[in-house]
Amino acid sequence: MIEAENIEDQNGLRPDGRRALELRQIRVKMGVFGQADGSAYIEQGNTKILVTVYGPHQPRGSTGRSTSNITKGIVNCQYSMAVFSLSSGERKRKPRGDRKSQERSLQLKHAMEAIIHLEIYPRSQIDIYVEALQVDGSEYCASVNAATLALIDAGIPIKNYAIGCTVTLINNPSLEDEDNTLGKGVLDANYVEECTPGVTLSVVSLPNNDSTSKDGLIVVAQGAGQRLHLSQFESLKARVLCGCQDIRTILDYAVREYLTEQSLPSLFHVALN
Amino acid sequence: MLTTKIFFRKTKGGNVFKTVREHYLRNDIHCGSKACEKCMCKTRNIILDDEDSSVKSSKITEPYYLLIDTNIILDQIDILEEDVICNVIIVQTVLEEVKHRSSMVYKRLKNIITNPQRKFYVFVNEHHKETYIERNPGESTNDRNDRAIRVATKWYNAHLHLDDNKIKTVLLTDDARNRELAEKEEIPAISMEDYILSLENSAFLADKLCKKNYSAVCEGPEFFPCHLTPSELHDGIKTGKLQQGTFQASKENFLEGFVNVDGVEKSIFIQGRSSLNRAVDGDTVAVELLPEDQWSSPSDIVLQDEEETDVDNVLEVKKVIDKFDPSNKMQKTQTGKVVGIIRRNWRQYCGILQTSNIETNVRHIFVPAERKIPKIRIETRQYTVLCKQRIIVAIDSWPRNSRYPLGHFVRALGEIGNKTTENEVILLEHDIPHSRFSDAVLSSLPKMPWNVTDVDLAQREDLRHLDICSVDPPGCTDIDDALHCRDLPNDFHLLHHVITDLLSSNLCSLLEKVERLTFSCIWEMDKDANIINTKFCKSIICSRAAMTYDEAQLKIDDATQQDPLVKSLRNLNNLAKKLKKKRLDNGALVLASPEIRFQVDCETHDPIEVEAKKLRETNSMVEEFMLLANISVAKKIVEEFPEYAVLRRHPEPPPANFEPLIKAAKNQGFTMNVNSGKELAASLDECHKENNPYFNIMLRILATRCMMQAVYFISGMLQPNDYYHYGLACPIYTHFTSPIRRYADVMVHRLLAVCIGADATYPDLLDKKKNHALCQNMNYRHRMAQYAARASVALNTHLFFREKIQDEEGYILFVRKNALQILVLKYGLEGTLYLNKDKNSDVTFTYNAENHSQTCGNTVFRTFDPVTVQISLNRSNVQHEKLIFKLVKPFIPGFSVPAANAQSCRITVEEGTKETAKRKMETEKQQSNNAKGGGNKKRQKKRKH
Repeated sequence: MIEAENIEDQNGLRPDGRRALELRQIRVKMGVFGQADGSAYIEQGNTKILVTVYGPHQPRGSTGRSTSNITKGIVNCQYSMAVFSLSSGERKRKPRGDRKSQERSLQLKHAMEAIIHLEIYPRSQIDIYVEALQVDGSEYCASVNAATLALIDAGIPIKNYAIGCTVTLINNPSLEDEDNTLGKGVLDANYVEECTPGVTLSVVSLPNNDSTSKDGLIVVAQGAGQRLHLSQFESLKARVLCGCQDIRTILDYAVREYLTEQSLPSLFHVALN
Repeated sequence: MLTTKIFFRKTKGGNVFKTVREHYLRNDIHCGSKACEKCMCKTRNIILDDEDSSVKSSKITEPYYLLIDTNIILDQIDILEEDVICNVIIVQTVLEEVKHRSSMVYKRLKNIITNPQRKFYVFVNEHHKETYIERNPGESTNDRNDRAIRVATKWYNAHLHLDDNKIKTVLLTDDARNRELAEKEEIPAISMEDYILSLENSAFLADKLCKKNYSAVCEGPEFFPCHLTPSELHDGIKTGKLQQGTFQASKENFLEGFVNVDGVEKSIFIQGRSSLNRAVDGDTVAVELLPEDQWSSPSDIVLQDEEETDVDNVLEVKKVIDKFDPSNKMQKTQTGKVVGIIRRNWRQYCGILQTSNIETNVRHIFVPAERKIPKIRIETRQYTVLCKQRIIVAIDSWPRNSRYPLGHFVRALGEIGNKTTENEVILLEHDIPHSRFSDAVLSSLPKMPWNVTDVDLAQREDLRHLDICSVDPPGCTDIDDALHCRDLPNDFHLLHHVITDLLSSNLCSLLEKVERLTFSCIWEMDKDANIINTKFCKSIICSRAAMTYDEAQLKIDDATQQDPLVKSLRNLNNLAKKLKKKRLDNGALVLASPEIRFQVDCETHDPIEVEAKKLRETNSMVEEFMLLANISVAKKIVEEFPEYAVLRRHPEPPPANFEPLIKAAKNQGFTMNVNSGKELAASLDECHKENNPYFNIMLRILATRCMMQAVYFISGMLQPNDYYHYGLACPIYTHFTSPIRRYADVMVHRLLAVCIGADATYPDLLDKKKNHALCQNMNYRHRMAQYAARASVALNTHLFFREKIQDEEGYILFVRKNALQILVLKYGLEGTLYLNKDKNSDVTFTYNAENHSQTCGNTVFRTFDPVTVQISLNRSNVQHEKLIFKLVKPFIPGFSVPAANAQSCRITVEEGTKETAKRKMETEKQQSNNAKGGGNKKRQKKRKH
């Protein structure tokens, strides 16, 4: 376990050598799974997530039968973690269906419902399957990012990117800061940092091109049963939105590049500008 | 900017797991030198000088930086703490190794690094693109780290070479192989010893050089068997062949000791030099039990290692041991021998140099003040200076061929016998941190002059209009509580204020006529001192008067005074009496312990008069309300935080503890009932003797010694019925009233502030485990502080008796087999009067174990009998001065000594006048009282609960 002291030792560097506001390397692949209507694979450091999207299609199963929501489409999410995914080296007993996965599925559903134009898909259903292949912290946020990409790949119209990013409050005020206005807390924590005594917040936001929109912010607190004082929340939020903006830029670039590759060669040069 | 490197780490946790972690390498890490123009990313933390400010060395001609390796830090930290050494680069590899190897050295190193004047720069080589290296196949971690350090040095040399002013980076290492490899790669390297000796004026530094590496050089006969290797120890403990425990050296006999094995009640006895096998008090050792026919028992003799010369006459000592071995065949106890050291518990030791015949010699023997610690061999070139001083020495190693451990000089404390020096020794030996506060701490103090601000006014209740006063001992500088009482239509309204928020003896004290921020506890009470309502709030007050106990007492007694302040005091006093009665009816104990106060000469600060502390009614008035405040606060915080409240409990002593008390009382014809606190209090109250006015007090002193220690704890750690405070007979108690001098009170203040919504919580406040650890630490510190206070009293008593021989009246507190324990009430001083000491004398005392008495001729000594003793100071042993008690009255021919002077008769007269003097105000302002008893203690207002 890494103590907060470590940061001091390393002249303000985090245990893996990043600075407080730096993200891990993000690698994106879209359209990796031909059979599905849309799919995406994302790597945020050692956190690796595969998402497939099926639909929109006729509702099946119990969700479909309920007539309550015929004016809007239904989103069905399933979050599962591979048994070999844990970075602590243990084996997970059940890949899905446990409390944590169910909670994640629900939270993911909320995030996706916020961005999909569901009103244009009455009486239909969209299935989103998330498979966490390797987990090294921030896995929920990475799966939100991957799900957004998979929706784009499936050609489902969305209002905005739903971008997830974590911020972890490390009990150490003397962190060397490039930007003091943003308060403290480190972005995109890996597994080691998530295990520290501090609080980790997973935040999903819908950032705009220019500024961050204030609506549709989902905040999920995790961590070792710690409480976060409300006075620290605003500064953490400022940081994490900054991180979301960065992730959005990266994803947006990846999407554009992917789409131009897929499109006619004549379009290639135009789109890049 | 980022390069990703993934590396593999295997962790052992019973199973082998493969851990994959990302490891980012960067190119924006600054080298830390002001001269550098290549490093782009500017940070605040560039501290290495560009000019040649390092100390001049004859070996290194150019300007240079030092880059030090792990072993240098671990061994030579004492030298690194010297201000001379600066411009040092510590690479992260080294820092992490130090952290794993020794947390204590790590802490000291961190202190150096955080001091910007020292110019110690931490270079994060492990994340630097050009200095990170991977472990080669087949390379050990150690070798890899050594290589990483060399690579970093090489990088520094290349990096700072291209600039106009060349700065050399020199690798400082004591590892010969590492130096060799460095030279092969053309990296400048030097050993610590060479470096230090090449410096100007290096003599005092050379004394501090660690002697670890010389051990292999010197040869000679081996005194000790080999220690087993760590893996052998591990296997041995696992199979049960060896036992692991803490070694405790015997105080009396330097060739004996015990090992307390965890979880086993009976400790293992160790005897003889080779069985002890270089274990030092406090070490964690592995012990092998000897076969039963070799078992032995502790010898009764006191054996001090007093050999003057360095001649290693081990055989002779062995003979002494052997001689005593067969004498005690009866009670053999399990005996073992130390086969290995698992963890050393070496610290720095205070002591003096043993007088040496050859002054020019470099090698000297150091005698520690603590008897349990062996002598230490050190090298010093300053013998003539140091031989008159108390010094601190650290142990480096204890090779097999050395009789004594090898150590090095750390620093000198001052002249032997000097009061400041001796005080420092007391502080050091009791592990009491007394270094100055760091700049970071001091900078967070409020700026002077300080005033109440509008923000304070808005957040606090303004109680400045009330006639509040404080009552404290004379000369008290930390006034931390003040009282007030006023009549409400039906009830009294009582206030008890405790200062918070501001530090230092000035700002925190509720000084007279100055506005201060306080934490108030407000009770509404009826005429019979029943609490109707309790309220807590943060407030602002302005004390009308800071009184001493005497002044307050006089004001209360003087019927002519009728101003509101005095009325308030009188009401308080009346209520306090009722409260006290209630408390005593509940079974609270009134205990006594001999407490001493020194009147100190205001110029030399030497004690000129010793007296036992006096008590007045006002003392107990303040005390009652403090108890009430503490109890009220305890109830409140437990109600709000059942899991995290900081409380204080006093466990009920086991019945066996009371045996000496019961026996002593029985001898005098009284019965003690100790079944409960209430019954004990009642039986103590009944014991009075007409002819001995101090009988009751002495019984109470005895009762105090039967008690357990009161301790701090976290409420979540115990069941509610274990919260009980035995001495005060209340179900719940905490410390709230003295936040200036006790940390527990600060914690309670924080909790209470959260309770009343005045402050926000923070994670650590509600961390049960952390708070529990804090409580353990507070208990430890409290215990050590008590020991230190006792040592300090002893020191000052010794200073007082230095030039005197005095006769004093005393009472026998205990009768022992070969001695009488005597209490001198005038000084609250306890000492031992040895009997049958001189074998040649024809005066013999017969001990009766039945009724605890000593008889000699017609004279019988029993507990509580009055005696007159002559007190003098034996200064023959410089480190352990002793008070010597000699019998004066009753006169036993051949044993007693004649009275030293006429003082003894004067004392009896004084006794009579004491009572009247008690109420009289001491008009002359005693300046001398200002200087505190212990000289170093702030603990003047000690109230024990």
